Amino acid sequence: MGSMSVRDRNNVVVTGVDDGPTLLLAHGFGCDQNLWRLVAPELAREFRVVLFDHVGAGKSDLSAWTPERYSSLTGYAEDLVEICDELDLREVVLVGHSVSAMIAVLAVNQAPKRFAKLVLLTPSPRYIDDGDYRGGFSRADIDELLESLDSNYLGWSASMAPVIMGNPERPELGEELTDSFCRTDPVIARVFAQATFLSDNRADLPDVGVPTLVIQTAQDAIAPPGVGAFVHAQIPGSALVTLDAIGHCPQLSAPQATAAAIAAFARS
Amino acid sequence: MMSPTGDLTGGGGGSCGDEPRPEGTDTNPAFSALLEDSAEDLYENAPCGYLSTLMDGTIAKINTTLLDWLGYRRAELVGCRRITDLLTVGGRMYYETHLAPMLAMHGEVGGVALELRGANGSRLPVLATSVVKTGPDGTAQLIRTTVFDATDRRAYEQELLRARRDAEDAREAADRERDRVQKLATTLQRSLLPPQLPRVPGMRIAAYYHPASADEVGGDFYDLFPLRGDAWGFFLGDVSGKGATAAAVTSLTRYTLRAAAVYDPDPIAVLDNLNTVLHHRYRRDEPRFCTVVYGSLTPTDTGFGLTLATGGHTPAVLIRADGATSLIEAPGGMLVGAFPTATFVTVEVQLLPGDSLLFYTDGLTEARTGGRERFSEEQLRHHIAALGPVDASTLIADLTDLLTAFGDGVDDDTALLALSIPPTEGPRP
Repeated sequence: MGSMSVRDRNNVVVTGVDDGPTLLLAHGFGCDQNLWRLVAPELAREFRVVLFDHVGAGKSDLSAWTPERYSSLTGYAEDLVEICDELDLREVVLVGHSVSAMIAVLAVNQAPKRFAKLVLLTPSPRYIDDGDYRGGFSRADIDELLESLDSNYLGWSASMAPVIMGNPERPELGEELTDSFCRTDPVIARVFAQATFLSDNRADLPDVGVPTLVIQTAQDAIAPPGVGAFVHAQIPGSALVTLDAIGHCPQLSAPQATAAAIAAFARS
Repeated sequence: MMSPTGDLTGGGGGSCGDEPRPEGTDTNPAFSALLEDSAEDLYENAPCGYLSTLMDGTIAKINTTLLDWLGYRRAELVGCRRITDLLTVGGRMYYETHLAPMLAMHGEVGGVALELRGANGSRLPVLATSVVKTGPDGTAQLIRTTVFDATDRRAYEQELLRARRDAEDAREAADRERDRVQKLATTLQRSLLPPQLPRVPGMRIAAYYHPASADEVGGDFYDLFPLRGDAWGFFLGDVSGKGATAAAVTSLTRYTLRAAAVYDPDPIAVLDNLNTVLHHRYRRDEPRFCTVVYGSLTPTDTGFGLTLATGGHTPAVLIRADGATSLIEAPGGMLVGAFPTATFVTVEVQLLPGDSLLFYTDGLTEARTGGRERFSEEQLRHHIAALGPVDASTLIADLTDLLTAFGDGVDDDTALLALSIPPTEGPRP
């Protein structure tokens, strides 16, 4: 079997300063590398910026997706390490957003030599409440989320309906989707959501052996501030920055502050 | 704010003339009064919900329609609750991971299916469209959202999805059933053919069975077995029809031939017995019959003596050691089982070292070659003649390749049985 290039598989895009320090930006659930659109140009002035799409997202090679590999975060972490290997990235500052924060933790623990620093943007190691730990969601909440994904009645049903219904008479619907921002295949989204929202990576945090920055926002419905504080407390020697920003995606709601926080830490 | 009259300019019923009208005037006061066209009323009691939220999601304004749908009072929401408080968990997740990013990148998002949570916990399926309102300096100020009740649409979608799932289930069940049928057909087929042919001293034997369909048991059969002393019996034939009924006839035919040959190995007696049994068994039902060749082999000093009886079956092809081919027929042999009494005749053949003999069913000679042409007994003979002297396994291997090359052209089952006498060592006289 010939193996496809990791670069193609993950739609790897390299921008920025060739001899600058390397920033590898990993997008989270529900979107693709477009999510870095507002911070990448700023960071590219000083760093070599490596962007990619997780398999199943954006312009990644969908044929590389298998439920076996991608039903746990480990598969995604292996991909991250493979990207570093293929491009021979060294001293990487790895930035993981949302679920990719935990994927980044797994990647750093898997191949510590590749990575110099770790930035966790709105991370959550466990979405479901557990004893004293407050992830922000009950098991019933997450079950409901997964069920709604199953029945496809969430927002994505609107944009995904033509795909779900397999409507060959209206190809223009498919084309529109191809161009749309953050497109998601419903089957892949469901498996990814399951991997994301049922994972528990709390035990992986103390193993992180590289300097780590946790960035959270003042108000985040998915990863509440208490969760960011937990991650900070569990990773030895980590720093915590709380941006005066709203929502789960500060790289969109507060791009300048987010880029500045990442750059300052990467530079230090 | 929208212009109080903007929506009605030029809209006076019954007076849609060409005359330009000054902005903001309405020529029909009665019509105007009927419409109660205040912007306030248009907003509050619109047939859809209106919602304005600050960039952090705080609800800044909401219309009466949406408040009524959700069962909230204005004071319970405006300035103190966020849009995510009105969403289900899944919706909240979707808002944070999809909608907020899309609004930030595109400034608008349309036709999004969501579920809103009412004050009493009820769910309201909606379609929402949002646009970001920016200030003069281009910074985002608030998000305006229209909300349409999508209860009916959701029910319809649910039905579509359910129908799709049912169709998928049915297809899977059909696939499973097909697998089961194929497995059954394969097992049954195997039981109707000898698991392996015996070794006959001084003779090479090869056979091949080509089922036309994986779903149905075919009606072709063959066997080769020891008789008394050092004699051997064999047969090859084709039962009319296909499927389970044909398989039952095949089974009866096989075991009748085996038993009859033990009782009286004379080929004509064997076919007579089979004819009696088949005719008796099926005379009241749909008539069932078969074509069959039955032969007995007796070793001689130089090879084998063969006595062959045919019941309506295709002629065998004899390939002599020098490559000369001929057809072996026993003319006058009738279909077996079709009539109360049938006549069969025998033919004697001496098989010498280097000779081969091929028996086959008409699946081979009636296969379509390329276009609509059918392969024929003559073409088969030419094909074999071109091979020159061959032994049994080479001959069967060649014909297997030929059948494979015919592909879909083979529309009937095909059984092949070849016998050959190994050439003697050293130069022949």
